[in-house]
Amino acid sequence: MEDDAPVIYGLEFQARALTPQTAEADAVRFLVGTQSLKYDNQIHIIDFDDENNIINKNVLLHQAGEIWHISASPADKGVLATCYNKTSDSRVQARAAVWRMPKELESGSQESPDDSASTAQTLELLCHLDNAAHGSVACVTWEPMGDGKKVISLADNHILLWDLQESSSQAVLASSASLEGKGQLKFTSGRWSPHHNCTQVATASDTTLRGWDTRSMSQIYCIENAHAQLVRDLDFNPNKQYYLASCGDDCKVKFWDTRNVTEPVRTLEEHSHWVWSVRYNHSHDQLVLTGSSDSRVILSNMVSISSEPFGHLVDDDDASDPEEHHADEKSKEPLQDNVIATYEEHEDSVYAVDWSSADPWLFASLSYDGRLVINRVPRALKYHILL
Amino acid sequence: MAATAAGPGPASGPGDSPEGPEAEASERRRKAHGMLKLYYGLSEGEAAGRSAGLDPLDPTDLNGAHFDPEVYLDKLRRECPLAQLMDSETDMVRQIRALDSDMQTLVYENYNKFISATDTIRKMKNDFRKMEDEMDRLATNMAVITDFSARISATLQDRHERITKLAGVHALLRKLQFLFELPSRLTKCVELGAYGQAVRYQGRARAVLQQYQHLPSFRAIQDDCQVITARLAQQLRQRFREGGSGAPEQAECVELLLALGEPAEELCEEFLAHARGRLEEELSSLEAELGPSPPAPDVLEFTDRGGSGFVGGLCQVAAAFQELFAAQGPAGAEKLAAFARELGGRYFVLVERRLAQEQGGGDNSLLVRALDRFHRRLRAPGALLAAAGLAEAATEIVERVARERLGHHLQSLRAAFLGCLTDVRQALAAPRLAGKEGPSLADLLANVASSILSHIKASLAAVHLFTAKEVSFSNKPYFRGEFCSQGVREGLIVGFIRSMCQTAQSFCDSPGEKGGATPPALLLLLSRLCLDYETATISYILTLTDEQFLVQDQSPVTPVSTLCAEARETARRLLTHYVKVQGLVISQMLRKSVETRDWLSTLEPRNVRAVMKRVVEDTTAIDVQVGLLYEEGVRKAQSSDSSKRTFSVYSSSRQQGRYAPSYTPSAPMDTNLLSNIQKLFSERIDVFSPVEFNKVSVLTGIIKISLKTLLECVRLRTFGRFGLQQVQVDCHFLQLYLWRFVADEELVHLLLDEVVASAALRCPDPVPMEPSVVEVICERG
Repeated sequence: MEDDAPVIYGLEFQARALTPQTAEADAVRFLVGTQSLKYDNQIHIIDFDDENNIINKNVLLHQAGEIWHISASPADKGVLATCYNKTSDSRVQARAAVWRMPKELESGSQESPDDSASTAQTLELLCHLDNAAHGSVACVTWEPMGDGKKVISLADNHILLWDLQESSSQAVLASSASLEGKGQLKFTSGRWSPHHNCTQVATASDTTLRGWDTRSMSQIYCIENAHAQLVRDLDFNPNKQYYLASCGDDCKVKFWDTRNVTEPVRTLEEHSHWVWSVRYNHSHDQLVLTGSSDSRVILSNMVSISSEPFGHLVDDDDASDPEEHHADEKSKEPLQDNVIATYEEHEDSVYAVDWSSADPWLFASLSYDGRLVINRVPRALKYHILL
Repeated sequence: MAATAAGPGPASGPGDSPEGPEAEASERRRKAHGMLKLYYGLSEGEAAGRSAGLDPLDPTDLNGAHFDPEVYLDKLRRECPLAQLMDSETDMVRQIRALDSDMQTLVYENYNKFISATDTIRKMKNDFRKMEDEMDRLATNMAVITDFSARISATLQDRHERITKLAGVHALLRKLQFLFELPSRLTKCVELGAYGQAVRYQGRARAVLQQYQHLPSFRAIQDDCQVITARLAQQLRQRFREGGSGAPEQAECVELLLALGEPAEELCEEFLAHARGRLEEELSSLEAELGPSPPAPDVLEFTDRGGSGFVGGLCQVAAAFQELFAAQGPAGAEKLAAFARELGGRYFVLVERRLAQEQGGGDNSLLVRALDRFHRRLRAPGALLAAAGLAEAATEIVERVARERLGHHLQSLRAAFLGCLTDVRQALAAPRLAGKEGPSLADLLANVASSILSHIKASLAAVHLFTAKEVSFSNKPYFRGEFCSQGVREGLIVGFIRSMCQTAQSFCDSPGEKGGATPPALLLLLSRLCLDYETATISYILTLTDEQFLVQDQSPVTPVSTLCAEARETARRLLTHYVKVQGLVISQMLRKSVETRDWLSTLEPRNVRAVMKRVVEDTTAIDVQVGLLYEEGVRKAQSSDSSKRTFSVYSSSRQQGRYAPSYTPSAPMDTNLLSNIQKLFSERIDVFSPVEFNKVSVLTGIIKISLKTLLECVRLRTFGRFGLQQVQVDCHFLQLYLWRFVADEELVHLLLDEVVASAALRCPDPVPMEPSVVEVICERG
């Protein structure tokens, strides 16, 4: 059981941006962006060697400013987008850019990770994703499953669809839409749905969730007052096309069926402070990860509203062993939604959690004090889901 | 006298005992008396004398029956020394002398008595001889009298027989005369309308006429009679059909007709048909009263009318029927039962319709009285006609009404509760006139509690009427058992408390959730109300109920503890929700204040920002509000002067380490390390943790939520130097005023420290303000 123990990695700076290297399907690799006003900011490329339980890191300098949000291209391992703050004489500007990391770091490095400070390399700027007229960029999201050519950025009350051309060196504003309404409406977060041929994007602004069609840039659905307070994050169920999860300042995680926006399908109320991040497991959508400013990460099993409400249905014929059959039948009993585990390794607010893109049983969480924790789904549950 | 005559007998008795006894004088006398008593058959002495364990057969026992002087002397001589022998000799001589003198005295006394007895007997002999003579004379006289009497009876015998014969002839003649006069009498009777008389005559004569119809003269009479009887029957039927003359007269008609030998079957049908007509009239008049739009008399009057009209009628019919057609046997009874069932059913339908109109009304006593009348009335026909099941049906109706009534009361209790809540809302929302305080929360709470309690009591009193002793249906099993336990206790009281809890809980998760829908004060008030219920009211109400409705039913009931737990849970949820709502209000204020300000280009702080003052004011207001309803609660021991604490952390050497702009790569590491170490020693703060039922806990919750919000918001912003300083000032100000509200002031310090530390981290140019300046600004503000 010892390798079920969490692996902890400490960054020198405050950090709130975390993403898996989405295009990488073999190695467990996460990208973390730091927030520092006084020093050059960094992007840490963290490789996790599952067999030896060792972390390798590489550091890239991100001199443009402190990183608020980071997202990796789903097609090109070396390409990523950041939202960063640029502070210049009493003005703070939130901008976004697409970057390319040095080739040799794309798939991890074999060299010793100790001398990072001396070998720190710089990112290559591909293009800016901003337009001064649109205001502060809060979030950048890539078209999932796509070829890494389409990006959506959310800036204040605008939703902007960019076409990346000429190997991403040029960003062309393909279309845009903006939110009209009284008060200062600002997008806080957005996700691109992997369903419907990647034509839907969901955004969060204040207490409202909205769905957008990227072809017409028009609103598809709107969940008013999805949360009692600010919505912080949302995520799509990767296997059920109408389902999405959201979380916010009311300490709740809510699961929605976008065809019926009046009532959440399910509500979780496990955290004792704002929930900043929610993520579905990419393969087993009953596993839902949430991070909160109560310094806890909670892994929940939402099996009743998952795509496998009766457990994994074995369709291959290998299971000739009668005992295995027996096990199968057992697992087909209707399962209960429950909290699988609460992880308390963090001592500060957890602003980001995410699953590894390579290993569906691995996830990372990042707290403000710069502590990155890599955890695994408990084995018993893993086998229960698999067998 | 006989005893005295036998007196001299015992004189010889003591003769065989005196032979020199050795015992003391008193002993000896007692023994002598004992002997005498023994002789006379008195048992007392016997026990005294012999019980000393002496063998009664001992020949050496002076007083024993088997005393042998030779053996005794032998023994004495052999066993005793000379001196003792001498002693015993003198002793014995003395005893003998004493016995002799005793005996002499007795003989003298008894001799006297004997002489007087002899005289008496002699006198009696003389008297008896005289009486014998008189008795002989009496016997002869009696014999003479007997003789005379026999002679007189013999003389009168003959005449007596003749008189008897004459009397017989006279009676026969009178009967014959009656027969001959019968036709004319019958005619007269019929003419006069004395049908009863006529039928009686006819009945008397019929058997005789039947017997002697072979004689022509009688035959004629019989024919005449039959004609007249036929006419009579005709008239009776006529009268019966006309019907107008009430049940008793009809019954009489039928009785007469029956006596005339009309076919019972047919009469029975006809009788019921008539009765039906009458009863249906009653029913339709009742229905008319019911009407489509009732100018209805009250329900009591209605059931009264129904009771006296319909039920009374039914009773009469049934009684008359059973009396008249008893001979019909089970078939007749069956017919009657079917009849009663049908009409009774229609009556019940009417009654139920009327009662249904009553459901909405509030007057239970009237209803119960009406039901009582209704039920009581139906007991009589119920007893008469057990087969028709009227009493059972009536009981069922009463039960149904009682159930509906319970439901109605539950509804009205709920409505009352909601009404109370509306009142409270209005009282809370009412604009406060200057200088005039509205009712305080405590008053409102007391009002609500007492009004609910009085409603509950009123309801209990109202439904209690159903089980009152004098009500006829109160001893039915339903009202003794199920009604009390399941209906009143479970359905009404427990049901109401449950629904109250639910209503209260629904305020916690109202869809709005913004807190705007429910005034926080109402949440607080409800929470206190539920808590009060948990501690006292529930058990009080249930005890009250159990006392009023002595529950004999053994079916399981909800225990007090379960209800209390529910109420407590409700109270807890409400209070937690209150904390959330109030915390949210303050949080929003803080969030807006942080988010909307340009912290980079702010000016050097001169004042505490107004919003912080507002926060403190609001917190104080909440403190007052909560203090009205909840106790103070426990707080941790405080340092002697908390308000004097400055932000020493930030001015100390540690502070230097934190903010010193050193560009060695290890510096930021240190910062992290420090804050981490600090966190190691402080406990994790659960922001939205459940609260306890006291003021301090509530306030702590609210302040925790607010400060955590402040912290998170600060972390999202970038501060200029003066921005940081402003945060410093604000936090110090908050610290000055907030510590007093919370259970553990360390908590406030910790959170505020973290806010300032975070602001410092979010500042590219962190130059903290001098603590003394901060203090000055705060004190001025």
